[in-house]
Amino acid sequence: MKPAVAGAGGAAVAALPGERLVVSRWTRLLENQRVLAVALLVPGVAILTIFIAYPFVMAIWFSLTDISVGTAGKFVGADNFKKAFQDTIFQTAFWNTCFYTFWATVFKLALGMWLALLLNRHFRFKRMIRAWMLLPFIIPTVLSTFAWRWMFDPTFSVINWVLYQSGWISDRLPFLSNGDWAMWCAIVVNTWRGTPFFAITLLAGLQTINPDLHEAAALDGANAWNRFWHVTWPLLLPVTLVVVVFSVIQTFSDFQLIYVLTGGGPANSTHLVATYAYQLGVASGLLGEGAAISLFMFPVLCLVVWFQLRYLKRMEGA
Amino acid sequence: MVIERKWKKVVYFYVPLALFILFTLFPFYWMAVTALRPDPELYRSWRASNATPFWTLEPTFEHFVGLLQTTAFPQWLWNTMLIAIVSTVISLICGMFAGYALARLKFKGSEFLGTAIFITYLVPQTLLFIPLADIIRNMHLGNTPWALMLTYPTILIPFCTWLLMGYFKTIPKELEECARIDGATRFGAMVRIIFPVAVPGILSAGIFAFTLSWNEFIYALVFLSSVENKTVPVGVVSELIRGDIFFWGQLMAGALLGSVPVALVYSFFVEYYVAGLTGSVKG
Amino acid sequence: MAEVILTGVNKWYDAHVHAVKDVNLHAHDREFMVFVGPSGCGKTTTLRMIAGLEEISSGEIRIGPRIVNDLPPMDRDIAMVFQNYALYPHKSVYDNMAFGLQMRKFAKEEIAKRVKEAAAILGIEPLLQRKPRQLSGGQRQRVALGRAIVRHPSLFLFDEPLSNLDAKLRVQMRVELKRLHERLETTAIYVTHDQVEAMTLGDRVVVMKDGVVQQVGEPMELYGKPANKFVAGFIGSPAMNFAEVTIAESAGALWAEATGIRVKVPPASTAAMRPHTGKHATLGVRPEALRLANGSDPAEYVFDATVDVVEPLGAEILLNISAGPHALVARVDPGVTVKMHDKVRLAFDPAKLHFFDHSSEAAL
Repeated sequence: MKPAVAGAGGAAVAALPGERLVVSRWTRLLENQRVLAVALLVPGVAILTIFIAYPFVMAIWFSLTDISVGTAGKFVGADNFKKAFQDTIFQTAFWNTCFYTFWATVFKLALGMWLALLLNRHFRFKRMIRAWMLLPFIIPTVLSTFAWRWMFDPTFSVINWVLYQSGWISDRLPFLSNGDWAMWCAIVVNTWRGTPFFAITLLAGLQTINPDLHEAAALDGANAWNRFWHVTWPLLLPVTLVVVVFSVIQTFSDFQLIYVLTGGGPANSTHLVATYAYQLGVASGLLGEGAAISLFMFPVLCLVVWFQLRYLKRMEGA
Repeated sequence: MVIERKWKKVVYFYVPLALFILFTLFPFYWMAVTALRPDPELYRSWRASNATPFWTLEPTFEHFVGLLQTTAFPQWLWNTMLIAIVSTVISLICGMFAGYALARLKFKGSEFLGTAIFITYLVPQTLLFIPLADIIRNMHLGNTPWALMLTYPTILIPFCTWLLMGYFKTIPKELEECARIDGATRFGAMVRIIFPVAVPGILSAGIFAFTLSWNEFIYALVFLSSVENKTVPVGVVSELIRGDIFFWGQLMAGALLGSVPVALVYSFFVEYYVAGLTGSVKG
Repeated sequence: MAEVILTGVNKWYDAHVHAVKDVNLHAHDREFMVFVGPSGCGKTTTLRMIAGLEEISSGEIRIGPRIVNDLPPMDRDIAMVFQNYALYPHKSVYDNMAFGLQMRKFAKEEIAKRVKEAAAILGIEPLLQRKPRQLSGGQRQRVALGRAIVRHPSLFLFDEPLSNLDAKLRVQMRVELKRLHERLETTAIYVTHDQVEAMTLGDRVVVMKDGVVQQVGEPMELYGKPANKFVAGFIGSPAMNFAEVTIAESAGALWAEATGIRVKVPPASTAAMRPHTGKHATLGVRPEALRLANGSDPAEYVFDATVDVVEPLGAEILLNISAGPHALVARVDPGVTVKMHDKVRLAFDPAKLHFFDHSSEAAL
């Protein structure tokens, strides 16, 4: 009879006939759920701590000092934030960001939903079309935005050319040379880029809706719009909400698009919070002020996410 | 399927779909046409009448050649590819481990950690780049690809973790339990049983991470200074505009060539990409 | 080859839910022990504690000579068959069966030998190179069994393995399992909610309810001498009939009385029932212990009832009858010809009357 053996730790386990059990201390230790969990989470958490948590705290510190490139900063309290509030460019930038995010999201949702409904049928080449439609989202933003910039170019715009040749306009449209026009152009480009994301995700959501529901509604006398509004839309709400939040987070903190399209101009009229922060921080070297500007984004994003979570919880509970 | 009239189908389906496709793909087409147009034909005013507005009768490769020979574009392509692959691998490994731990292991603080990882996604890069530039310099990683290979995972890990967490949750617990009874350690069961079964999810996370890496701009802009070290997005933006003059032919050639690798990889994994996209939103 | 001894085993979830309460069990070497009970009774939790998949809140579990409380599953020398088979989808049948042996670093030849042996016993040799998704439910079941057998473990654990099979296959597999157990001569613990499986498969059966072991015994013992009302009502189908009665003394004998029923307490039970005179008790009688009275049945063991529903099953007839407010079921010969609303007289078999304490429900 083998002696009774108890416990984990480094104790040897009596081998049973026919086996060679090689057991090490580490193996024993990693059987513990807590120990294993820590070991598995360390690499990811380490990277996130060193390169997000720590710099985040630093950024908050920066925003409370007058640090600039080359000079150490001294504590100035909320000065940078006060300056930002009074800075007209910042006010424009903040307004632009809200305007840009709002309209782009509305368009992306509407067009994305429409496209999803179209793609939800069966037709030839469906797979291929779906794959091609995602390209705007896949291709690096900077590169595709350049193509749009070329299309909006004051002298060589192909859009202007088409409109002129077909008699719609007699003078060129000031796509990027006028502040208001430029914002709308940016919204168009962002919509172009983001609609596929909405479309594909909403499409997946649509495919989980039981087709029997639409048939029942049709028999009940609902036309296409009613079927959409009363059956499809409510059932799709959870997915829609999540997609919208993801998109809002991305769009609100967007940098690349404006940077390439207008650089913030003309005359600082198309700056977003992100691009203005960059201009202050890198171009002008005013790190403290740049950090303060950037920080304005964070609470807004938290608010958006918080609202969404609350809404989702309420919907789940109902 | 709700039956509808034929004409309605054309108007409400084919026409809008065609318009969407046109709207979506036209910029790429225009990119290609511009890249193939010889310079004189390119710089024609918007007002000028043009016999061949949407294509060219004299396609030329001069822009591509110029791009590849006179700029560091090939080097940028290599840099970007390398950085994307390494960042993806690092993020996948971290995401697989973290996703498994959060989905399967019970320990105190697992909910908190899950939320914390979610919160890091909300911290915008335009806030972090300022202090990060400092940190990177202190680590002597400034102007090296490692600066990006270590910072890109900060964007990619949260996403990979959620996606894989949701995926792992769909794998029946019995598989691991059986493996553990059969003689595997917890770690062994994870690697030998769970990971192989989760390959579709891993591929989805991987391809998504890969495309996100190619798309990153601001960290690359701030951390890389010398021309040979730049990535494609940064290189195209900073080097192909000399003075105030945009070399549109080369720019579009660069944009096209810069998009090809991503598009190619994507084309092999389309289904996985879509699964990743939808999975992350549902999970 | 090992016995399994549980001493004072408890399982708490979150300090509020006491899922397993002070279980003491002893499964003998080579015994086929079945845990049975309704869902939530703690049988699966107990099994998982034996397997090492749940932590034990308090108590001790021994497998063979070893206390296994802190041992991870891989060190307990056990094999388990899951309800959903848990076959590794990315591995072939051969690799599924070989996995455990590979983990323990067996030589390739030894693995091949054992896998072929097990496959032969179960009749799945032609399936060895297939993947699980290409197999039917019954075939997957066999592969799961094969995976358990190759390890030659000291203990087999079964978690409702037949629940996912269709009725016909289930009956077939039950017989095969019993034969297999005969052949392998290894201790086995089997969990099920189906009392028919419990009765047909178990050497001994453990009936559980709400985390407490109600009774342990051989199938016929549980059937004939249930320890309490729950066991009496759980084992046997159709279930035992129960009626609330009052015990009265009359002419030196004890009688169980209720509206519509007046039955003498058999001499064998009189001593046990005497302390309950004047109080309530529960009378239990199985449907098979009731029959239509003929003239020769003693009057003390007879009562009148009305037929509500007649259910002919072929080999027997189930009569749903009511006597006063009591609804009872009787199992009678197929030759009986009664119709709905007929008045009948039924007789008890006095040896088969059960009495249970009114409050504690223990058998008297």
